[in-house]
Amino acid sequence: MKRIVTYFARHAQALVGTVGGLARTPLTSLMTIAVIGIALALPAAMWVGIDNAMKLSNGWEGPGRISLFLKRDLSDNAAQKLAEKIRRRNDIAKVDFISREQAFEEFKRNSGLGETLENFERNPLPAVLVVHPTSEASQAQTLERLVRELRQRDEVDIAQLDLEWVKRLQAWLGLAQRTVVILGGLLAIAVLLIVGNTIRLAVMNRRDEIEVSKLVGATNAFIRRPFLYTGLIQGTAGAVLAWILVQSSLWLLSGPVRELTQLYGSGFRGVGLDMSSSVILLLAGAGLGWAGARLAVGRHLHAIEPK
Amino acid sequence: MIQFSQVSKRYATGYDALKNINFTLENGEMAFLTGHSGAGKSTLLKLIALIERPSRGQAVVNHKNLARVTRRQVPIFRRTLGIVFQDYKLLHDRTVFDNVALPLVVAGMEHREIGKRVRAALEKVSLLNKERAHPITLSGGEQQRVSIARAVVGKPSLLLADEPTGNLDTQLAEEILDIFLDFHHHGTTVLIATHDTHLLARARKRVLQLDHGELARDNGARA
Repeated sequence: MKRIVTYFARHAQALVGTVGGLARTPLTSLMTIAVIGIALALPAAMWVGIDNAMKLSNGWEGPGRISLFLKRDLSDNAAQKLAEKIRRRNDIAKVDFISREQAFEEFKRNSGLGETLENFERNPLPAVLVVHPTSEASQAQTLERLVRELRQRDEVDIAQLDLEWVKRLQAWLGLAQRTVVILGGLLAIAVLLIVGNTIRLAVMNRRDEIEVSKLVGATNAFIRRPFLYTGLIQGTAGAVLAWILVQSSLWLLSGPVRELTQLYGSGFRGVGLDMSSSVILLLAGAGLGWAGARLAVGRHLHAIEPK
Repeated sequence: MIQFSQVSKRYATGYDALKNINFTLENGEMAFLTGHSGAGKSTLLKLIALIERPSRGQAVVNHKNLARVTRRQVPIFRRTLGIVFQDYKLLHDRTVFDNVALPLVVAGMEHREIGKRVRAALEKVSLLNKERAHPITLSGGEQQRVSIARAVVGKPSLLLADEPTGNLDTQLAEEILDIFLDFHHHGTTVLIATHDTHLLARARKRVLQLDHGELARDNGARA
C-alpha cells in the first residue's frame, strides 16, 4: 500500500514539476503545441469532410432512379394505369411514362440509325416507366427492395436500378479516405519528430541536472519521467487544439453548407467530430507525444553519463 | 569499506591510468589520496563511484563486488555513497534546499522526511540560514559546504571527495577539512583526493600516494 502511494506521489511530483517547467517557457511550449495541433487538425478535418460527403451521397435524391422496361405486348393504356398505381405509393415521388412510339422516335433521332430502322417491321423497343423514389426511400438498401418489388409485377419485363454513379462516387470517397489515412500516418510521424526534437533540446538544456541526478543515484526511469510527461502534455494539448480547430472550422462552414444543401432541396446537416472520434483524436495526440518523447529521451539519455 | 586487489584501469585510448592497485580502507577509516596531477586520483574515485569500470582486478565497495553491479543497479549503489566535487556541481536554477534535497527526491523519500533531513544536513555545514538562497549568491566556500551537505544528506557510509578544496583559499580549505574530520569522527568512512600538502599535514591521517598510476606510498597500510 505504502509503495503504491509512493509511486503515485512520485508521478504527481514529476507531473507538477513538468507543468511548472512548461509554464516557465510558455512561448516554446505554445509553439510546439500549435504545430502539433495543426498537424493533427489536417487529417481530422479531412476525415470529417469525407465522412460528411459519404453521409450526403447516401441520402442523395437524384441517383435513385429506377427504369422499368415493360413487356412488349402491354398496351399504352395498361402501362399508363400501372404508372398511376406506382405513382400513388408513398415512397415514390414521380413516375415518367415513355411509350413505345416515343422510345422508338427518340432512338431513331439519337442513334443516327434512322434509315436502317425504317426496315423494321415492328417497333422492337418496349415502353418504359422511369420511377423516381422519394428522398426518404433513396437509401441503397430500400432502393434494392423497391426494385425487387417492382420486378415481380406481371407488366414488368426488366427493372434496372441506376446506382452506378453513386457507386463510383463512393469509390472515390473510399480512395480519398485511404489517402487521408496515409496523410494522417505521415503527419503522425511529423508529430513524433516535432515532439522528439523538443524533448531532445530539453534534454540538452538540462544536461547538468541529468548528470548530477545520475551521480546522486537517480534511475533512468526517474530522469525520463518529466520528459515523458512533457511529451504527453504537449501531445494532449495539441490534440485539444486540433479538436478546437476542426470544430470551429466546421462551425464557420455550417452556414454556407446549409444554404448549398437547401438549394439542392436536401435537408442534409453536416456533422462534426462525434464522441468516439474526439476520444480517438485525443488518444492519438497523447500517444504520439509520449512516444516521441520516449524515443528522444531513450536516445539522448545514454549519451549523458557523469565523467 | 573499500578493498582494491590488483586493480588496473586502461582507457580506450590505451592510456594506463591505474596499474595494479592494492589497498584496503576499513569501515570508519579516513584517508587521503594524493599525487601529481594525472597520477590517477580521479580515476580511482571514479572506479569507486562506478563512473568508470576497472579493466582488471577486483574492487569491493561497501561489501559489494563492483564487477557484479549491473548498469541497472548502479543508481541504487550510488545512493550508498556521498560524493563531493572540486567544481561543486550544484544546480543553479534551484535553491540550496532543493540542491541538498536532490539525492532524497531521487530516492523517492517522503516529503516531510526530506525537509527534516535536509535541514539537519545544512545545520552540520552551518548553512541553515541559506536554505532559500540560490547557489550563485553564495561564496565558493559556502557552495562547497552545500555540496557536502548534499553528499551527506542520504547518510552514506562512504564519503568521497575529489579536490574539495581545490578552488578555495587556505582558511576556507581548513574549514572544509574540519567538516570532513567531523563526519569521520561520527563513523563515516572518508576518502579525499587532494594535492594540498597543507591539508595532509593538518589532518594527520593515512595517505595513499599515487605516482603515474601506481601506488607509490601508503603510510597506514594494514597487512
